[in-house]
Amino acid sequence: MSTPDTLTPVLTDNWDQDRSWTLAAYESQGGYAGLTKALKMKQDEVIEAVKASGLRGRGGAGFPTGMKWGFIPQDNPKPKYLVVNADESEPGTCKDIPLMMASPHTLVEGVIISSYAIRANTAFIYIRGEVLHVVRRLQRAVQEAYLAGHLGKDIHGSGYDLDLVIHAGAGAYICGEETALLDSLEGRRGQPRLRPPFPAVAGLYASPTVINNVESIASVPSIIDNGADWFSSMGTEKSKGYGIFSLSGHVTNPGQYEAPLGITLRTLIELAGGMRDGHELKFWTPGGSSTPLLTAEHLDVPLDFEGVGAVGSMLGTRALQLFDETTCVVRAVLRWTEFYKHESCGKCTPCREGTWWLVQTLARLEQGNGSEADLELLIDQCDNILGRAFCALGDGATSPITSSIEHFRDEYLAHLEHGGCPFDQAASTLFATEEVPA
Amino acid sequence: MIGEKTRSELMEIAGRYPQARSGLLPMLHLVQSVEGQVTSEGIELCAEILDISAAEVSGVATFYTMYKRRPVGDYHVGVCTNTLCAIMGGDLIFERLKEHLDIGNDETTPVSPGGGAGKTVTLEHIECNAACDYAPVMMVNWEFMDNQTPQSATQLVDDLRAGKEVTSTRGPRICTWREAERVLAGYPDDRADEGPSAGHASLVGLKIAREQQWTAPPVEASGPTEGDMAAEQAVEQADTARAESETKVQEGTEGDK
Amino acid sequence: MTVSTSSTTGDRSTIEDLVTLTIDGIEVSVPKNTLVIRAAEQVGIQIPRFCDHPLLAPVGACRQCLVDVPDGGNGRPIPKPQASCTITVAPGMVVNTQATSAVAEKAQAGIMEFLLINHPLDCPVCDKGGECPLQNQAMSNGRGESRFHESGGTKRIYPKPINISAQVLLDRERCVLCARCTRFSEQIAGDPFIEMIERGALQQVGIFDPDRDERGTSERPRGQSGTAAEPFNSYFSGNTIQICPVGALTSAAYRFRSRPFDLVSSPSIAEIDACGSAVRVDHRRGKVMRRLAGDDPEVNEEWITDKDRFGFLYARQDDRLTHPLVRNEETGELEPTSWPAAFAAAAKGLAQAESVGVLTGGRLTAEDAYAYSKFARVTLGTNDIDFRARAHSAEEAEFLASDVVLRNDVSYADLETAGVVVLIGFEPEDEAGTIFLRLRKANQARGTRVFSLAPYTSRGLHKMGGTLIPVVPGREAEAITDVASNGDIALDRGGLILVGERTAEVPGALRAAADLSRSTGARLAWIPRRAGDRGALEAGALPNLLPGGRPAGDPAARVDLAAAWGVESLPETTGRSGNELLAAAAAQEVRGLVIAGVDLDDLPDPALARDALETAEFVVSLELRASDVTRAANVVFPVAPVADKAGMFVNWEGRVRTFGAVFDDPSSLPDLRILAGIAEELDRPLGFRTPAQARAEMTQVGPWDGPRAEIGTETERAASSTTGADSTAGAFVLASWKQSLDDGRMQDGDDNMRATARPAVVLVNATTLAGLGVAAGDPVTLTGPLGSLALPVGVADLADGVVWAPASAPGASVRHRVGPAGCAVTLEGGAK
Repeated sequence: MSTPDTLTPVLTDNWDQDRSWTLAAYESQGGYAGLTKALKMKQDEVIEAVKASGLRGRGGAGFPTGMKWGFIPQDNPKPKYLVVNADESEPGTCKDIPLMMASPHTLVEGVIISSYAIRANTAFIYIRGEVLHVVRRLQRAVQEAYLAGHLGKDIHGSGYDLDLVIHAGAGAYICGEETALLDSLEGRRGQPRLRPPFPAVAGLYASPTVINNVESIASVPSIIDNGADWFSSMGTEKSKGYGIFSLSGHVTNPGQYEAPLGITLRTLIELAGGMRDGHELKFWTPGGSSTPLLTAEHLDVPLDFEGVGAVGSMLGTRALQLFDETTCVVRAVLRWTEFYKHESCGKCTPCREGTWWLVQTLARLEQGNGSEADLELLIDQCDNILGRAFCALGDGATSPITSSIEHFRDEYLAHLEHGGCPFDQAASTLFATEEVPA
Repeated sequence: MIGEKTRSELMEIAGRYPQARSGLLPMLHLVQSVEGQVTSEGIELCAEILDISAAEVSGVATFYTMYKRRPVGDYHVGVCTNTLCAIMGGDLIFERLKEHLDIGNDETTPVSPGGGAGKTVTLEHIECNAACDYAPVMMVNWEFMDNQTPQSATQLVDDLRAGKEVTSTRGPRICTWREAERVLAGYPDDRADEGPSAGHASLVGLKIAREQQWTAPPVEASGPTEGDMAAEQAVEQADTARAESETKVQEGTEGDK
Repeated sequence: MTVSTSSTTGDRSTIEDLVTLTIDGIEVSVPKNTLVIRAAEQVGIQIPRFCDHPLLAPVGACRQCLVDVPDGGNGRPIPKPQASCTITVAPGMVVNTQATSAVAEKAQAGIMEFLLINHPLDCPVCDKGGECPLQNQAMSNGRGESRFHESGGTKRIYPKPINISAQVLLDRERCVLCARCTRFSEQIAGDPFIEMIERGALQQVGIFDPDRDERGTSERPRGQSGTAAEPFNSYFSGNTIQICPVGALTSAAYRFRSRPFDLVSSPSIAEIDACGSAVRVDHRRGKVMRRLAGDDPEVNEEWITDKDRFGFLYARQDDRLTHPLVRNEETGELEPTSWPAAFAAAAKGLAQAESVGVLTGGRLTAEDAYAYSKFARVTLGTNDIDFRARAHSAEEAEFLASDVVLRNDVSYADLETAGVVVLIGFEPEDEAGTIFLRLRKANQARGTRVFSLAPYTSRGLHKMGGTLIPVVPGREAEAITDVASNGDIALDRGGLILVGERTAEVPGALRAAADLSRSTGARLAWIPRRAGDRGALEAGALPNLLPGGRPAGDPAARVDLAAAWGVESLPETTGRSGNELLAAAAAQEVRGLVIAGVDLDDLPDPALARDALETAEFVVSLELRASDVTRAANVVFPVAPVADKAGMFVNWEGRVRTFGAVFDDPSSLPDLRILAGIAEELDRPLGFRTPAQARAEMTQVGPWDGPRAEIGTETERAASSTTGADSTAGAFVLASWKQSLDDGRMQDGDDNMRATARPAVVLVNATTLAGLGVAAGDPVTLTGPLGSLALPVGVADLADGVVWAPASAPGASVRHRVGPAGCAVTLEGGAK
């Protein structure tokens, strides 16, 4: 098997087509061939194909998708549900939104195949509410799919029925957590549920439910269409396939780069034209703000689940936020911490009270008012949150703090010495060269 | 006052779901589209339709940040001040807008005394909106306004207040906040076909791949990828590959039995 | 050390079902699926907790109970500390709590520190101080000093307590957001009027309140929004105060009244209804300060109604009788006198009256009821005694003798395990709150199907997931008969029938219920409304029954009892029921009355009762507070309230619920001591003077083991179809019952509780409403035999020609001002 190309557009492949969001454009590119094929397969064969592909969840956790489907107890008499997690909200993550905007039918096709596989007759796409045009494109795609007979009763004479509901959220990061999403989809406050029972057994309406990220489901048609071997020929040993890498921040050409898992940041930055002119990479997140920060010494880490894990962080959503040397890491971390405080659902003590306190400790440090002992306090607060909170939000809140103290302890101390932030905020802006505020 | 049409639409939303309460989030979006905020009347009506307590609806209405308990202006202007956008300029944009509009966070510009075309704007700093590759980002009624600067931002709000037509940088002509809320409630408007497929940043990787003629590998049976294969040929080959792989998978599964 | 425990849920655990694990080095075997926190309790290890409550579903919110699990039972450690309130035991699991693990100790101390950063330092003025789990656990598991305050942290500030109902106040600063209160309201009571609102650090408990500002941190001027709030008006709201692990929830009734360490606690039994709920009475210097739910898994678990909790001030009202009173023949005034003088006056008057009857009401302890029963038979020589101070019938007396007395076929545990329960003339949420909670629990946990023969689907029935079998008042008997053949209900597969006392209002209905039980094999229980009703039945405070279920008409039973009592014979003459007695008194056939704890307005014909009092030659009243009866009596004896005496209630199950005296007040005499005093003056002594003596005698007399009386041998089968009121134009049948919170005298004194009563509303069906030309919420005028009353109208699934109204809403008493249940009424739009 030959080495795949550096970039491997699959999901992004039709984004540059005229009116790519329409059914006509999608089908002209071979769209819905996967569905045609899947409907001729037995459901378990679809599950087996996805298992064989090695596809792991693209929402951050990396759980094998086919295995998740296999957990659905088919002897359970309750209806089965497929729920797509399109609540993309993790800071830095910006892959699902452009996918659904440019090619909603890729997702819709994936939903139909996946629902067929798990014997669901109702599926939901839970999309965050703050992306109006993406909601529109999904609504339109679903409407078109019904008219074309891809959805509804007896799809293409297969005897299989599926209804798909586009459900807009209303602004809560926590709803990206799958059980919080389920509560939200049931019309409740989006607070995480106790597990067990796991959603595969008792999810939506206490019925067996699969919840998958947009990119995971959108990858399914290509797997069915091209085969599991094709998919697993890309990527690394335990992290198969392609994924969308989202570069943002101080890089010359931020944007979406679809590549086999295992590509390095060094390669990606090269493709993106390097860091912005005259600046150097200072720190970056591999997969959103909840993944511990890495630095320039990690440029050659393979961006797959194992590689990033080996250096103490997580692949997450491949949300590569790049910051150059003009950026104050304390300011960056304080802002993320404020975000976690704002988005804490309030259910558990360590996350609710801990983020409230962390912000106060960090803010004092950022203003140069604290003492070095506050760094130890911060680390201890994080220790009291990490692994103690109800869900991963609390853990995520500690990542930027502990990793930044690990890598940039001196910069915290510099704030104390300087009596405040020693950085010029304007220097790190996109428009630093156009406008020079005082 | 919420009229009969809205009441029947609220019931219709509840009816979309296997369990009616699932409709609550879109129902509250619809309340906002009619009332310009989540009102007590709207909460009580949702509670009545879903046969739950008003406290339960309140619990939901106060949990999600898109639900507003004070009247929102004609346009909701959000400035992302999450870390990346803040650093890329969002903080300065937000400061500039507060000064320019003379309002604070989560406040609305006054209605112009003479009425007329003067539209109102509600300013809010928002969290990450999944457009980091377009930082710094603003949202107007939850439509993307990418790569903003203080100047472009002030021009934007001036245009909005003056009632000029404004178009999303990668989306449609911008409707009012109430119209936007109606779409979120599941009542589409006719703007899905407006705007591009994708913005420039979404396409950077694809563009490089096209230039370099990089593609996903062909399906195994079709042989090694030819780096110099033309795009048309690639499509043809992919179609062939699809047909072949279909056969192959079927054979494979036959074999498994 | 090895400790074995078995499940307390009634399932007998076999050895195979037990899981053995090690907690802090102690091996313990517990049923599988036991939570680690419960397993630890079995070996005496108390893991600190806030959100955990054994009767609520696990939630794992507060994270206080974190423990270290070095072996998850699979030989591998669980890397993170685990919430012991959500993790279940596994064979071979090793758990280390704060007692043995530095990891667990640090995890718990960290959580405690987080909980305290936003907690106010107002323990000295907090009602919970001294009995506060947060305070106690902060002392035992917390840090000495606050790093948050040292580092200049800013606390979350809220305005001090806000009313979430007239009775319950919420102090949000003290709240640790454990959600016990909101979970109780949703899971147990089914009244989710309090909910978590807002998010994150601003999350708080709240009600729907249009006047709350959008940050939830301050109050707008009241009423600004023009929409009414939805207060936490639940019949069970007080339980949330009791289970609150901090001082966030307080009652208007108890707030700032006392400190826990000043209180003495006495266990007791609620005297409010027939549930027999265990309560704890906290008192100080001879005054009850508060009541709490007692913990009795077999009866009320850990819950009581608000009436049980707050309804104790009736005994402290200004109209409480303090001295015996004897009417001065010359002035006609009641004058205070000594006990001996009053005994003598009563004895003399009763002796002169010759024919005397006894009405006892339903509030007596079983010992007191027994004393009345014996007083009637031995001292007065009559069977004219009846405890039924409400609508009753001869059919009911027979039914009680044939199907209820001495029976205890149905228990609370049976309610939980029954597949189907049919309610007849019984609204559990209003009339027996503890039964309501059990039925709701059964429905939620096991899907028990509840069917109710009732005029409409009440809120309570809805919350039990119940199904209405609609009946028109008066036509219950037919509907009951139809249930037998209803395959959907399938009573014959282990069903239960709960018959409310109101069923006596309808001729033929009780007989039909008894027939239904016999034909389907479904067990039947009779649910009276008052705490003393069942005990009075067992004690023979009925014309047709002697103590121990002995039929008064059975010579063998009379001989048996006479022998036990050491008297020559017992009266043979058939006794009069309450109604007959009052009619006889009004007709001067009976010339003396002894009346205990009867509210004349509860009687089916209050006018007849007043007439009887007027006409009777001599009336002795034994009462707690001044009433229409005491005002008409010749001799009035003040009786001891429940708190002043020992005794027992027999609850609806037939379960004996004994309790001791909370207070020792020698001047406060129980009814039986007063009756003994009169009897001794009459030279026909009762043979006991104290509750203990009475109880000993009751035990000695024992239950009747001879044949039971059978229903229907004497009374004719009444044709139910003749009793329904005409459905002629404009005329309706009134369906009605007393709601839990109403104008009852035992609720006097706590206006805040009464303010949480459901607003009075007249219910009709949608067609009727349309015909009235008014909208829901508008006033309508209900007119019946006693007069007219205007109330707002609402819609329910009532049959045509039926209107429902609450019998006794505070300030809008339909039974006083319109008429009793079953009467014909008319309805007009608007307030006339």
